[in-house]
Amino acid sequence: MIKVEKLSKTYQVLRRNAGLKEAFQSLFQKEYEEIRALDEVTFDILDGEMVGYIGPNGAGKSSTIKVLSGILTPDSGTCVIDGRIPWKNRKSHVREIGVVFGQRSQLWWDVPVIDSFELIRDIYMIPKEKYESNLEELTVSLSLEQIIKTPVRQLSLGQRMRCEIAASLLHSPKILFLDEPTIGLDAVSKLAVREFIIQLNQKHNTTVILTTHDMQDIEALTSRILLIGKGKILLDGSLTNLKEHSRNQSASLDEIVAQLYRQYEI
Amino acid sequence: MIKYISFFRMRFINGFQYKIAALAGIVTQFVWGAMEILLFQAFYRTNENAFPMEFSALTSYIWMQQAFLALFMTWFWEKELFDSIQTGNIAYELCRPTDIYTMWFVRGMANRASKALLRCVPILLMAYLLPKPYGLVLPSDLVLLAWFLFSMLLGFLVVVAFGMIIYGITFYTVNPMGVRMVSQSLAEFLAGAVIPLPFLPDSIKKVVELLPFAAMQNAPFRIYSGDISGKYLYQTILLQIIWLVIMVVLGKIIMHSALKKLCIQGG
Repeated sequence: MIKVEKLSKTYQVLRRNAGLKEAFQSLFQKEYEEIRALDEVTFDILDGEMVGYIGPNGAGKSSTIKVLSGILTPDSGTCVIDGRIPWKNRKSHVREIGVVFGQRSQLWWDVPVIDSFELIRDIYMIPKEKYESNLEELTVSLSLEQIIKTPVRQLSLGQRMRCEIAASLLHSPKILFLDEPTIGLDAVSKLAVREFIIQLNQKHNTTVILTTHDMQDIEALTSRILLIGKGKILLDGSLTNLKEHSRNQSASLDEIVAQLYRQYEI
Repeated sequence: MIKYISFFRMRFINGFQYKIAALAGIVTQFVWGAMEILLFQAFYRTNENAFPMEFSALTSYIWMQQAFLALFMTWFWEKELFDSIQTGNIAYELCRPTDIYTMWFVRGMANRASKALLRCVPILLMAYLLPKPYGLVLPSDLVLLAWFLFSMLLGFLVVVAFGMIIYGITFYTVNPMGVRMVSQSLAEFLAGAVIPLPFLPDSIKKVVELLPFAAMQNAPFRIYSGDISGKYLYQTILLQIIWLVIMVVLGKIIMHSALKKLCIQGG
């Protein structure tokens, strides 16, 4: 159970105009602009839910994920996940969650994937039997057998992403955060990743929170959508709810979302 | 604890992969050491009594320094760590149930230890085979050897702890180059890596010997060559321990407050 209430976070962004004079001036006086990345964000997510978290670039998606995964401390507001406050009980919290950042890698570049897995096993202190059964299951369902002994640097992006997902699930987390997991993947890999996530949710009742710009991901995976813009939650509902907001029923999902963004001026 | 040991093992094995680099390192270190000794010999020929260390003690110091360079070089940085701070990849490390300070400390130890282990044996062996007074002199007794090893361990830990402070500061400065350049040039000189500390003028030496940098390579190598002994040996070891504690505490404070304020930018 994830309970988020009035979460706010402000960033300071450096601003200056182009040009030598401006650059020189900024040596002495810096101008900051405050950006509200999160503005009283409130929502609840139940166990076993699959939630799609969408919004344009810079809307506050990643900031939310970072707060929920204990990396970022918010300015105000509360967030309780299964009784833990992520940024205060970081170590005990991250033991129960899995995170995949599509644009970053958690595997060690120079060594075969299996070495990274074993290190993760030791870091999370996963019992031997549990590790072996999890590994077995992940290897089969993500078809990793062929690639697990290859150094990470020699894997394709699709192969690597499958390994990343496996790596974040070795310790059987209750909650899985996926931050753009299908970015840059080809059709086959995308489908494989999606199918796997659905399977995972059905079998282990894992809560999945997914941020993406790929509306097909949302359509395939999630039953509930949170739309965020300028740090505020603008819409919380099902895909049908989202479609109802569109004037043109035959429009594609991408068009509907684009129209929504315009409508909310985000 | 197991997770840190396992991490140590992983990094250690990783460091062991680079055999050609080790070979190149060995050759460089050997030639460098030889040149340094020849240079000093020229000075010693003019007037042997004008120098604070015996020539044989000096050669031992230099060979030790070359053999264990990887343990004590303050200009050796892990690019990956700076990168993870600069690019935000540290996000993943924060998603692990581990203490970042301990993790990075262990990592630094593993990298340096694996490098040193690959390089030290051939250099020590070659240096030992050189004729007197150019070669490495074996320590006179086992007690001295034990003190030397203990002091070397302490010095090694001080170097790693010093590095941790620099990594911590990097969180604030975004670009690591400035802090790195200043700290490493200063540390190299004050640690006695350029010239052994006894060669400094007395008044300066008195101050420098109390600094944390003197607790790095200066202490063990001079203990080995017999330049530090008796009451002075205990003082040196004690100073090393004090500095180690201070550096670790300071590093942890910096890291802790940095992580609190941390915001990882972008996607």
